[in-house]
Amino acid sequence: MNIFRMGVLVAAVLTAAACTNARNLDGGAGAAAGAGAGSALSNPSSPVYFQQAVGDRVLFLVDQSSLTEQARQTLNSQAQWLNNNGSYTATVEGHADEQGTREYNLALGARRANEARDYLISRGVAGNRLSVVSYGKERPLEICSEESCYAKNRRAVTVLSGGLSG
Amino acid sequence: MKTGVLGILAACVALIGFSAPAMAQSGPLRLEITEGVIEPMPIAIPNFVATSPAAQEVAQNLTQVVRDDLTGTGLFREIPANAYISQITDFSAPVRYTDWKTINAQALVTGSVAVSGNQLIVQFRIYDVFAGSELGSGLQFVAGPEGWRRVAHKVSDAVYSRITGEQGYFDSRVVFVSESGPKANRLKRLAIMDYDGANVQYLTDSSSIVLNPRFSPDGGRVLYTSYDTGVPRINILDVGRVRKQVLEQKPGTMSFGPRFSPDGSTVIFSLTEGGNTDIYTMGVNGGNLRRLTDGPAIETAPSYSPDGSRIVFESDRSGTQQLYVMPAGGGEAQRISFGQGRYGTPVWSPRGDLIAFTKQSGGRFHIGVMSPDGNNERLLTASFLDEGPTWAPNGRVIMFTRETRGAEGQSRLYSIDITGRNLRPVPTPDGASDAAWSPLQN
Repeated sequence: MNIFRMGVLVAAVLTAAACTNARNLDGGAGAAAGAGAGSALSNPSSPVYFQQAVGDRVLFLVDQSSLTEQARQTLNSQAQWLNNNGSYTATVEGHADEQGTREYNLALGARRANEARDYLISRGVAGNRLSVVSYGKERPLEICSEESCYAKNRRAVTVLSGGLSG
Repeated sequence: MKTGVLGILAACVALIGFSAPAMAQSGPLRLEITEGVIEPMPIAIPNFVATSPAAQEVAQNLTQVVRDDLTGTGLFREIPANAYISQITDFSAPVRYTDWKTINAQALVTGSVAVSGNQLIVQFRIYDVFAGSELGSGLQFVAGPEGWRRVAHKVSDAVYSRITGEQGYFDSRVVFVSESGPKANRLKRLAIMDYDGANVQYLTDSSSIVLNPRFSPDGGRVLYTSYDTGVPRINILDVGRVRKQVLEQKPGTMSFGPRFSPDGSTVIFSLTEGGNTDIYTMGVNGGNLRRLTDGPAIETAPSYSPDGSRIVFESDRSGTQQLYVMPAGGGEAQRISFGQGRYGTPVWSPRGDLIAFTKQSGGRFHIGVMSPDGNNERLLTASFLDEGPTWAPNGRVIMFTRETRGAEGQSRLYSIDITGRNLRPVPTPDGASDAAWSPLQN
């Protein structure tokens, strides 16, 4: 059931955003959703590698926007990748779980995206390559209304654009 | 949409017949709704008399809307037609009060409907059965044939206000976000409808996320937040023409949660720059940007007092979301919420006497009200997720969004009396959220 839902999600996102936007649902390891992207995954300069091997997202605690140690590690890797692949720009998307009012969650998602962006800049990524947007609680990834899902929805996702090979 | 209807309606409200004997304070027939009514008032609303076969159907439909309006308040109980002793077949004939007393009808509403050329002419009278007299004078409304629902709502407003002494709210509209599709990829589009869910019309397509629509003070325009450009930005549209315009925005910022000032000249909204959200104002045509709050906290969800002198908003400057009131030009803010939990989305009542809000406490969401000084907090609802209150034009009823939990969770609109009674779903074709109630139409 879970796997089925993940598959559907990835397919939908791929169609909508032409493949720079694939979701690594496990936030780092276990890139199960990447089936079929094997060759791209072996190319460390590919967006798929960034999403799945580097890890394109960091997660946050309830009502928090400060970066966890794990989040810093992921962002270190993101910064390194971005510094090695200068043709890409990125939008950091901030999200919140559904336990909050709409406006507050928009503002909270913006805080999270901005924390991640500031950290990437502190690691040498040029600020003009990084924009931010908040989706608040409008685009949950997991929809079970339990903490196990909320934890994955409280996220900042670095979405690549540009690049020579797309 | 059809401004003609409006004009005709406004122009043709007329007293009919002989002005009733001075029935100013009609003893028994008075519903005090401030304390909340536990026992609804029995009312008889026989089908309005059609003056010709052509008027038969519209007369029945119109009467049914009046019944639905009045019983929907929870303040009235309709006496079914099969209990009637006498029938109203002639609008001008004298009413046999004893027949209505016998079935315990405290109020009686009679009416007639005529279709003449391209006009619908509706007359009605309200009777205080136990006093044996008419309550105020009869009234007449004239409208185009497509205006029959609005005429019905105007009749209901007149009945409501004569019996309760309060302004009605039936001839009003609601702008909201219509929702479809799965929870992880919800499609949202703006829609507008009558307060009772009739006449739904879509104002945008669902190609990008739209949030938080709000009416201008005259009901003619709507501010809302759209992701059209990829980031949240404030749009304004004319309800009649469905023509929209994006308000100018500082590059690299997000703006959302707009509301009009009571005089309609100013937009107050939230602007996020560098991850920090503060409250700003600007002119409705863009320009004249002013920052009203600063500091690293999240300041959002502003709403003006009806006299335009103050602003209520939410801030997490204390560590959690709480409600604050500040002068309209900005400046020092007073915290007004002190209970357990988090408070957000405050909205000032059009009467000025209360502020409605969303409260999160103990893993539940509530809609509540408090006085503008923070006293007299009362929670009206509780559920997995209630949020986003909006006031009926008379400040007696609140509409809000209720979302159910889980993968199949859906948003719906509900309304509730400010006494905490009469919780009712508002019918919408699909899921619905972010309702905003219009002022009473003219």
